Amino acid sequence: MSGGHSTYSPKTGIERWFDARMPLPRLIHDSFVSFPVPRNLNYAYTFGGILSLMLGAQILTGIVLAMHYAADTTLAFQSVEKIMRDVNSGWLLRYLHSNGASMFFIAVYIHIMRGLYYGSYKAPRELLWILGCIIYLLMMATGFMGYVLPWGQMSFWGATVITGFFTAIPLVGEWVQQLLLGGFAVDNPTLNRFFALHYLLPFMIAGVVILHIWALHVVGQTNPTGIEIKSKTDTVAFTPYATIKDAFGMVVFLAVFAYFVFYIPNYLGHPDNYIVADSLKTPAHIVPEWYYLPFYAILRAITFNIGPIDSKLGGVLAMFGAIAVLFFVPWLDTSKVRSAVYRPWYKLFFWLFVANAIFLGWLGSRPAEGTYVALAQASTLYYFAFFLVIMPVLGLIETPRRLPNSITEAVLEKNKSGSGHPAGAAASPETKG
Amino acid sequence: MRLRAVDSERGHGSTAGVGKAKGSYLVSANDTIDPTRRDFLYVATGMAGVVGAGAVAWPFIDQMRPDASTLAASSVEVDVSSLTPGMSLTVKWRGKPVAIRNRTEKEMKEAEAVSLSDLKDPLARNANLASDAPATDANRTVPGKEAWMVMVQVCTHLGCIPLGEQGEYGGWFCPCHGSAYDTAGRIRKGPAPENMAIPVFSFISDTSIRIG
Repeated sequence: MSGGHSTYSPKTGIERWFDARMPLPRLIHDSFVSFPVPRNLNYAYTFGGILSLMLGAQILTGIVLAMHYAADTTLAFQSVEKIMRDVNSGWLLRYLHSNGASMFFIAVYIHIMRGLYYGSYKAPRELLWILGCIIYLLMMATGFMGYVLPWGQMSFWGATVITGFFTAIPLVGEWVQQLLLGGFAVDNPTLNRFFALHYLLPFMIAGVVILHIWALHVVGQTNPTGIEIKSKTDTVAFTPYATIKDAFGMVVFLAVFAYFVFYIPNYLGHPDNYIVADSLKTPAHIVPEWYYLPFYAILRAITFNIGPIDSKLGGVLAMFGAIAVLFFVPWLDTSKVRSAVYRPWYKLFFWLFVANAIFLGWLGSRPAEGTYVALAQASTLYYFAFFLVIMPVLGLIETPRRLPNSITEAVLEKNKSGSGHPAGAAASPETKG
Repeated sequence: MRLRAVDSERGHGSTAGVGKAKGSYLVSANDTIDPTRRDFLYVATGMAGVVGAGAVAWPFIDQMRPDASTLAASSVEVDVSSLTPGMSLTVKWRGKPVAIRNRTEKEMKEAEAVSLSDLKDPLARNANLASDAPATDANRTVPGKEAWMVMVQVCTHLGCIPLGEQGEYGGWFCPCHGSAYDTAGRIRKGPAPENMAIPVFSFISDTSIRIG
């Protein structure tokens, strides 16, 4: 995987035996031991590893929860309460799983923002970026279906609203919705199929993750300078440098995760989901899980008809469009410079985008009335303008700062200017000439 | 296709045939060679494969549609003798709530007074009438029983359940995204695109209704 020049040499008899038949040890050595990574990677680059860890953790806790869960409308809510009260360590496993989903999304949002900031999507990494977008879409589908399984009020009404999106499709909308629900409303067939798919999709994610890592190892990692690796001095070996850095990132991340699990396990949930689903009573205020809130705000921002498209279809199109636009980012950004470090204007607009996305999320949690609607419309406008106007235009008119000739030069320059901290420099392997 | 056709006509092994074709036959793009029997067989086999794959795929899609037991539970009878004007009840039909309301004189007058041009959705959405019937108050009810609204109480926006006798038009109000309906269940304000649906129903006597 590391560009065809393998440095693996089997030492023991059993390694030679494997290497001649199925060179798995060679693949692992070349991918995760000798694989060269840029020497200047910062902690923003540890989230890929953290995400792999979270996927594994979610699959593990999910499989054991499935052993105690019953996917039947008359049993589901009770079986979740049974997990919480009766099953040994059940409360821990469920809180790990439900908070794990939130942590997974926190990590993926940081990972995506890292990509947008350092221009990680630019050629030749378009496919790598698109595979990431596919993983994100699969994560959203998995998270949504998982939230339906406890069969609380938010489960039921969230499922009703989200499957309702499909009725906005002209002509076949109703048919598609009934196909998803297996009936005329969310009911037992819906719960059953969502459980089956919620179990399946993480394994599909794992498959796409393998493709994502494959694509990454073909083109190599980007780095904060956005300059490609030019010589051996630009890199360090994956092990021990990246492994240890990733491991440290994971430990810090897991500490945050543990704080949520043990101190505020329901902080990111919704109290209405501890009321069993009632198909005749809508909660006063339906909100999705926090990680969908920006898109929910975009959905509700379209309150007007656009030509032949009514407000309902318009909202649904805007919401899906907000995700679809990510797929085109490699071609929307016209700049020749990758990293925002050397793009003063892009840096500004990027941080505005981040603030705007968080603001959209907050708006999504508010009721859709009064000034909130107008603010959501302005915010939605900036969301799309960032991708469709700022990215293409800024790349053509912006004057970037001077780029260093190589990663090594950038690191040494930084080291020179930071010479007030000799102890830190001595401890950082990436800054040693 | 052309290369294969050439080499099959000449009865050569594939490598030799391709070599010859490169040398002597691939001259220009509009140099046409008649399709051979083998071309026909390739296309026919491919098409049979596509049809077969479709036939196998269909049951896997079809099983997701509402099953026989779901479809069977599609008719309910309701005793409405206890409803005096101004009272409503809700029954569950096809997993959804159906509102049955005995409207007051005031509510009926308000609904009749609305002109069609003020409506966001001008169609009656009444399964008992033609699909292009206008959304007059009379078309939202049954002749002779104009006081009675029988309606799927599901917001046409994203499927929440609107609350009765609320909102600025005195009809129904959806708490989810703020759609307001009038006393005939017609959308007047908010993101919902359509009037609430009237299901197939009939009065089987003065005091009972069959829905579905």
